[in-house]
Amino acid sequence: MNASDTAFVIICAAMVMVMTPALALFYGGLVRSRNVLSTHMHSYASLGLITVLWVLVGYTLAFGEDVGGIVGNLAYVFMRGVEGEAAPAAAQLPHTVFMAFQCMFAVLTVALISGAYAERMRFSAMLLFSGLWLIFVYAPMAHWVWGGGWMAQMGAVDFAGGAVVHMASAAAALACAKALGPRVSLESGVVPNNLPLTLLGGGLLWFGWFGFNAGSALVAGTLAGHALATTHVASACGILGWMLVEWKRTGKPTTLGAISGALAGLVAITPAAGFVGILPAMLTGFVGGIVCYGGVLLKGKLGYDDALDVVGIHGLGGTWGALATGLFASASVNEVNGLFFGNPHQLWVQFVSVVGTWVFVFVASRILLYIVDAAVGLRVAPEAEFTGLDLSEHNERGYAL
Amino acid sequence: MKKLEIIIKPGVFEKIKAVLTELGVHGLNYSEIRGFGRQRGHKEVYRGTIMQVDCLPKIKVEVVVHDEAFEKVVDAVVSTVRTGQVGDGKIFVSDVADAVRIRTGERGDMAL
Repeated sequence: MNASDTAFVIICAAMVMVMTPALALFYGGLVRSRNVLSTHMHSYASLGLITVLWVLVGYTLAFGEDVGGIVGNLAYVFMRGVEGEAAPAAAQLPHTVFMAFQCMFAVLTVALISGAYAERMRFSAMLLFSGLWLIFVYAPMAHWVWGGGWMAQMGAVDFAGGAVVHMASAAAALACAKALGPRVSLESGVVPNNLPLTLLGGGLLWFGWFGFNAGSALVAGTLAGHALATTHVASACGILGWMLVEWKRTGKPTTLGAISGALAGLVAITPAAGFVGILPAMLTGFVGGIVCYGGVLLKGKLGYDDALDVVGIHGLGGTWGALATGLFASASVNEVNGLFFGNPHQLWVQFVSVVGTWVFVFVASRILLYIVDAAVGLRVAPEAEFTGLDLSEHNERGYAL
Repeated sequence: MKKLEIIIKPGVFEKIKAVLTELGVHGLNYSEIRGFGRQRGHKEVYRGTIMQVDCLPKIKVEVVVHDEAFEKVVDAVVSTVRTGQVGDGKIFVSDVADAVRIRTGERGDMAL
C-alpha cells in the first residue's frame, strides 16, 4: 500500500460521488416542473440502495476471483476479508478504498438509467429494478471488463467505463423506454423546467469526471495526468462539435447543446482516456459531440421515448469511444496499440465488446423489467402522470412559487 | 361608463399605469395572460427538437372609465405603447351597465 496513491484515489472517489448529485441536477432541470423532485430522487435512491447492495454482494460479484470469465466468486461477500488488506486488483491501495471507488461507479451507472424512465416510472418499480440490475447486470459487466472476465481476457480495453458505465446504462435505458412506452401528453412538447440547474449539474459532472477518468489509473502518476488532460480536451471539443452541427441545422447554438456536447465528449473519451494521445482525444471528443447530436435525433425517428437521451448521449458516445480506443490507442501512452498504430485486431475486440455489452445488457434488462412489471407494475397511473410524480410518488412539490 | 381591456407587452405595463394615474384613473387591475394575435409566437429548440411556441406572455389591464374620459384614455394608451410593430397589442371596449362600491353602496359613475 502506498500513501500518495491512496490519497489520490480517496479524493477521486469523492469526486465520482459528486457526479450522482450532479446528475440529479442535470436531469432534474430537464424534466417538467411537476417531476423535478422525483427525478432528483432517482439519483439519491441510487446512492442509498446501490451503495448498500454493493457492499453486501455487488462488489464481490464484480471483483471476486473469476468464475468462468462470467462473474466474481463470493470471497468478499458482506466485506469479508476486505478491511485492513491491500486491494488484490490494485496492491497500492487499501481494499476498502478500491471498493469504495468502484462503488461510486455502480451508483452513478444505475442513476444514469433514470434519464430514460423519468416522469413516468413507479418509484417502487424503480427501486426493485435498480437493485436487480446492479446484481444481475452491472456486477457481471464490471467483472467482464475490470474483474478479469471474458472481455478483459479477449484483450478489449475500457479505461474508465465506456462499456461498463455508459453503454450499459444506455442499453438498460433503451430497454426501459421500450418497456414503459412514451410519456403522456408528449405532443404538447417538453420544455425543460430549469436549464440553469441542468448547466450547473453538467458543469459539476465535468469536474467529477476528472476523478472518474484520472482516478481510473488507480496510481497517482503519469497515466493519471494523461487521463486528466485527454478528458478535459475531449469535453472542450465535444462542446464545439455539438455547437457546430446545431448552429448549422437549427440556426442557433443553445446552452443545452453546449453542455450536452461537453458530456458527449466526456462519455466518448471515458474508455479511451488512458490509451490515446492528446490530439486523438480532441478528435474523439469533437466527433463525440457530432455523433451524439445525431443520437438524440434518432429517438424521434425510431419512436421510443428515452426522456433525457441516455441512449443518444451515453449509448452512442460510449460506442464511439470504445471504437475510437480501437482506432487511436497507442502503446506510447499505455501498452495497447490500435488500428492507426498497426494493430487492427484491437478494433475487432473493441467491436466485439460493444456488441456483447449492448446485447447482454439490453436482453437482461428487458427480462428484469418483465419481472418487475409483474411484481409491482412499472408505470404510474395516467392521472398520476398528469399530476406529476413529485406529488403522486413523494407528496412534495419542487417549487412553491 | 366604459370598460377597456388593454392587451400589451409585459414590458410596458409600468408606463401604462403611470399614464392612467396621471389622467385621474383611480383603479385598475391586470393579469398575466398568454395568447396570440398577428405576431404569433417564436421558435424554441431543445436538443435539436424544434418547438413552435404560439402563445406569448402578455399583460391584460382592465379599467373602467367615465364616458367623457374615455377618448382621452384611449389616445394616451395608444400613444404610450405604439411602436408600429406587430405585437403592440389591442384595446377592447365595452359598455358597462352599472358599478357598485361595496363599502358605501354608491352606484354608477359615483362608484368609480
